[in-house]
Amino acid sequence: MASNWERFVDAFFNARVMAKYLPDIAHGTLVTIELAALVIVSGLAAGLALALLRSLGLRPVNLLIIFVVDLFRALPPLVIIVFIYFGLPAVELAPSGFVSTWLSLTLVLMAFSEEIYWAGITSIAKGQWEAARSTGLSYGQTLMHVVLPQAIRLTIPPLTNRTIAITKGTALGTVVAVSEILGMASSAVSNSYNPSPLTLGAIAYLILFLPMVIVGRWLETRMTWKR
Amino acid sequence: MRLDEGPPRQNPRGNAIVEARGIHKHFGALHVLKGVDLAVAERELVFIIGPSGSGKSTLLRCLNRLEEPTSGKVVVDGVDLLDARTDINHARQRIGMVFQSFNLYPHMTALGNVTLALRKVAGKSRAAADELGRAALARVGLADRAGHRPGELSGGQQQRVAIARAIALEPRVMLFDEPTSALDPELVGSVLGVMRDLRESGMAMVVVSHEMGFARNAADRVLFMDQGVIVEEGTPAAIFESPIQQRTRAFISQIQRH
Repeated sequence: MASNWERFVDAFFNARVMAKYLPDIAHGTLVTIELAALVIVSGLAAGLALALLRSLGLRPVNLLIIFVVDLFRALPPLVIIVFIYFGLPAVELAPSGFVSTWLSLTLVLMAFSEEIYWAGITSIAKGQWEAARSTGLSYGQTLMHVVLPQAIRLTIPPLTNRTIAITKGTALGTVVAVSEILGMASSAVSNSYNPSPLTLGAIAYLILFLPMVIVGRWLETRMTWKR
Repeated sequence: MRLDEGPPRQNPRGNAIVEARGIHKHFGALHVLKGVDLAVAERELVFIIGPSGSGKSTLLRCLNRLEEPTSGKVVVDGVDLLDARTDINHARQRIGMVFQSFNLYPHMTALGNVTLALRKVAGKSRAAADELGRAALARVGLADRAGHRPGELSGGQQQRVAIARAIALEPRVMLFDEPTSALDPELVGSVLGVMRDLRESGMAMVVVSHEMGFARNAADRVLFMDQGVIVEEGTPAAIFESPIQQRTRAFISQIQRH
């Protein structure tokens, strides 16, 4: 038993290996933060833009939006990453692994968040629109000042969950040689013949995503109001 | 409470504020309004009664184009609402509307509800809008509730905030769509009181409601609608005491029975 325990500690908590690869994992953490921040900003913005476009009710445009959204919700993110990274060079575009991962996850987050925003917008009672329009507010003003503030509050919990789930997909970038946390940890494992860098990687992910989970819960309680 | 106790009405049938002619409205195969004419004079209170499905709410909603009439003409304060060149958002400032379900914005305070259109449509500064908004809330007796969210107000208070939201824009006519139907009985009085004050200030009003007591006291004219047409109209006394049409008589006796 004792020797099993020692082997376990040596494998996953080897201080020497951890100390040696800490700078690599730290660098990977920065890359992951950069990638995650870009994905969150562009994905949520693109999703909102699509939802607003869809609210105009232009039938051909909406059919296109629904097609795109369903496509990127159905495809596994890894397939999209590989497709962009290995497929686009065929048409004279050669995005880096970083750009491929960013673009792919942005498209996926855009698709899922569009559906969430759209559900929020359509859940706002018709009476809210009518009251606002009856005072002379335009369609856009009603959307901006009356409907969206309410819709976005409703969407915060599902949006937070989905954003965290998709942002964790930055780990998929390791397949196309992005030097993010998992990529750095994997190569450290190969070089050291010891899995301890994976432990470091897991800790790095916790440090990054646990606060997001907590902030999401805080927003959820703060954003509710009495009806 | 009686009509003759109020101030004398000047020119109750003066210039028309609202003039609707030949209004038809179809919802698909459903023919909801079948050629309705309605004129509302300055300072006049027109009361519309009728069974549910008679088209009375639809008619009201045609008067600010929340519902687009299939055909006909609607002129409010000299503006042709159905003309393609009309800026409907500008015209709607002159037509206040109050809804059965209040429809206050739940994420804003009472003052925020009242000032939104003042700032975004009438173009007032925040300070000017706040001042006008507080004055409007004072008119409905809710000066001390300016900072409350709708969820913290009673139904009667919410409906009075909704009235303040409409009158803050200084409309020429107010449309009320069953304003007390969603209220507990003990809260109805406060809303009717505000409507009575408004009526006495000379506001032209079109009211769809089942509050017959209010109609008797405050209405200049009562219209009875059924199946998309105005069946009969007259003074409250004429419609409630001695209706001519059989359908009116049946409806009046039905609502007076309970």
